Amino acid sequence: MQGNVADVIIVGGGIIGAACADELASHGLRVLVLDCQRPAATAAGMGHLVVLDHSPAELALGEYSVRAWRELAPQLPDDCAMRNNGTLWLACNEEEMAEAERKHLALNAYGLTCELMSGAELAAVEPSLRSGLSGALRVKGDGILYAPNAARWLLQRRPEQVRQQRAEVVEVQGHRVRLKTGEWLHATAVVLANGIYARDLCADLPLQAKKGHLLITDRYPAQITHTLVELGYVTSAHKGNGPSVAFNVQQRPTGQLFVGSSRQFDNHDPEVDAAMLGRMLRRAIEFLPDLGQMNGIRSWTGFRSASPDGQPLVGEHPLQPGLWLAVGHEGLGVTTAPGTARLLAAQLLGLPPPPSLQAHLDAYLPQRFIGAHAHA
Amino acid sequence: MPELIIDGQPLRVAQGTTVAAALMSAGDRCSRTSVSGQRRAPLCGMGICQECRVNVDGLRRLACQTLCRDGMHVETRP
Amino acid sequence: MSRPVDLLIIGAGPAGMAAALAAAPSGINIALLDDNPVPGGQIWRDGPQAQLPGLANDMRAQLARHPNIHLHSACKVVALAGHKRLLLEDPERGWLLSYHKLILCTGARERLLPFPGWTLPGVTGAGGLQALIKGGLSVEGERVVVAGTGPLLLASAATARKNGARIVRVAEQAGPGAVGRFAMGLWQWPNKAIQALTLFSGAYRIAAHVVEALGSDRLEAVRIQMGERVEEVACERLACGFSLVPNVEVAKALGCEVRDQAIVVDNWQASTLTDHYAAGECTGFGGSELALVEGRIAGLVAIDRQDQARALWPQRERWQRFADRLNRAFALDPALKRLAAPDTLVCRCEDVAYASLVEHGTWSAAKLNTRCGMGACQGRICSTAAQTLFGWEPPVLRPPFSPARIATLACLDEAEPAA
Repeated sequence: MQGNVADVIIVGGGIIGAACADELASHGLRVLVLDCQRPAATAAGMGHLVVLDHSPAELALGEYSVRAWRELAPQLPDDCAMRNNGTLWLACNEEEMAEAERKHLALNAYGLTCELMSGAELAAVEPSLRSGLSGALRVKGDGILYAPNAARWLLQRRPEQVRQQRAEVVEVQGHRVRLKTGEWLHATAVVLANGIYARDLCADLPLQAKKGHLLITDRYPAQITHTLVELGYVTSAHKGNGPSVAFNVQQRPTGQLFVGSSRQFDNHDPEVDAAMLGRMLRRAIEFLPDLGQMNGIRSWTGFRSASPDGQPLVGEHPLQPGLWLAVGHEGLGVTTAPGTARLLAAQLLGLPPPPSLQAHLDAYLPQRFIGAHAHA
Repeated sequence: MPELIIDGQPLRVAQGTTVAAALMSAGDRCSRTSVSGQRRAPLCGMGICQECRVNVDGLRRLACQTLCRDGMHVETRP
Repeated sequence: MSRPVDLLIIGAGPAGMAAALAAAPSGINIALLDDNPVPGGQIWRDGPQAQLPGLANDMRAQLARHPNIHLHSACKVVALAGHKRLLLEDPERGWLLSYHKLILCTGARERLLPFPGWTLPGVTGAGGLQALIKGGLSVEGERVVVAGTGPLLLASAATARKNGARIVRVAEQAGPGAVGRFAMGLWQWPNKAIQALTLFSGAYRIAAHVVEALGSDRLEAVRIQMGERVEEVACERLACGFSLVPNVEVAKALGCEVRDQAIVVDNWQASTLTDHYAAGECTGFGGSELALVEGRIAGLVAIDRQDQARALWPQRERWQRFADRLNRAFALDPALKRLAAPDTLVCRCEDVAYASLVEHGTWSAAKLNTRCGMGACQGRICSTAAQTLFGWEPPVLRPPFSPARIATLACLDEAEPAA
């Protein structure tokens, strides 16, 4: 019987794996993070720290996590490019403005600083937007972050506790993993934090790939302050299973505009889909007319991993003791990394969870989908 | 002979001159500032390296593949 | 939306022009694209200080005389937009173009390798300096060092000298054996090259390479290694390049087989993709004579004149043999891979230094961890260098194939949905 290589093995060194490693290490655990260096969601995503409120559990996890990121901000190195620039949820019509108002109430009730803006106020604050928008909801606590560097920083800031190894895991059994080399590694616990690829290791994970496109422009003088997202984003995300696009733009500290977003279900082709890219950019120009004359320099795709109810799976696998899950974050991996890490650590170590998440624990548990008590 | 304006300064050049050639004889003879603040000048001359990206009448263009026109405004620090 | 063209030719250098002129008499609809403002490619680049050979002017005049050849200058291929359909962009607009047959004549670019000081204003490629001079750059009275490898150094030095520069050094990294073989083959080269070699015999050094470019805001001097000795040469310009690398990005994206960074073609200049042909430097370095005959063959095959195409095979064979001899002559000294200091930038777009890259095993890992290759040149400069420095395989490009306006890219919303 092999000895333990660490207290915890984490599969996946993206933002979730990194946050979990750092949190567990802060409690004195020895952690080994295995990453196969395949470009995945953390590398592809927009690094948008955004509180969503499709459910009370989502709101709680997001609010806690974004607050945690803001508290971490002073320690983050410059290359993590964290900015507390806020999100503007844009309403194009009365229906969307009503959604903005509903959201305003919900977030306000939860204690988040947010305010409704009229079309005129919106135009004053973001003059690059086309005229004629109905208004917006401004969520001040949201921000942006360069997640790959944040992950890297989290992984290397407790070197006595956190070890990293470049390796591909091909099999998991409870608290042990097998590498592509054939070697088995043991620990007290194994955590799957490798997004959509967790399905390859654990067939009963109800994760669905949602392909997204992104494009980045050349550098331009600063013109956009907030992350701009259309409220149609929310409605399109829940409007059936057809491919869809929604306006989502931020200006990076480099001056580059980061343009998204698109959704395609059950599509595993990493190639850029020209038609989807075109649709996404057409939508973006509708909101930012001057964008048309700026140069795009690079496009790429990424795969969000979505669970059936849109909430991540955080907790022990009900059928494999010793195997823990931190997957299914869809587009909120970066946002909810701190909260995910605290939830996982609390469960693993038998500690009390963050108070604001206490009421929602069941919403994240894997057993809601897996095992005898699954209700999906 | 077209006269163009580079970073606010007029310059007269021979017909058929590229913007890259023009800006290499004007001002600090550079086309852009790198992400770490270094001034850069055209390098490959054939539209590959992107060091000669400038603003030409408001649009981002490659200077080595753009011919000077009378009244053209070129900015190397947009 | 334009009507489909019968024949689309990408690149209007010698190969592309020859292809267009070979196909034109059939009367088919031909679109000839080039990303430069005027046709001619690199070797026949026009400009206020260019001196075009008679043949180049003849061919350009002939192009204009065929009403079925539509020349699109300052036009580049931005993306694939479905089966036999491309997204194009010129300074005015972006648009989709469908074609029945395609001939890739995308030429080659210079290989630029990093060394301390290579980002200083005053440093250019060797072909780069030649192109800039042709485009009107004044080098009157300037001291110029030309360095790197290959016959292009002599051509570049000749152009600079003709325009008033003082060539203070030509540093060829290849050793005496290699250069001797090249010199033996010189009789087959255009006269200019022989003249150039004799003109510069005082300044010409072999087994010599630049180790550092010096200066604060601009280039002021270079240090050149020759054997054990290092000489410091004051100069205003350094023109440094290490041979040519075919431009195969569009070919790769289309799915044509590419081997050793050159498009694979058969005797008919046909690529591995039906109805797609390639000719000229993008199929491997060979010079303008080879490009002309390859282009002509491709154009004839595209209009089903196989017999006329086959008649050109002996001519192509002759120029191919000559090209092969040249290619073997200029292998790179391994020392060139070690010139970069830890803080020497390798990715010039994102300012990523050598030290940040060297720990990674693949291009993909390097990009993932450093942003190398994520800038505007999309890795064309740095991934080509990385292939020499580390043996890393360059990536396949995603759209846009070069920076393009968002309004142009939005036209892709009319592309065929992916299968």
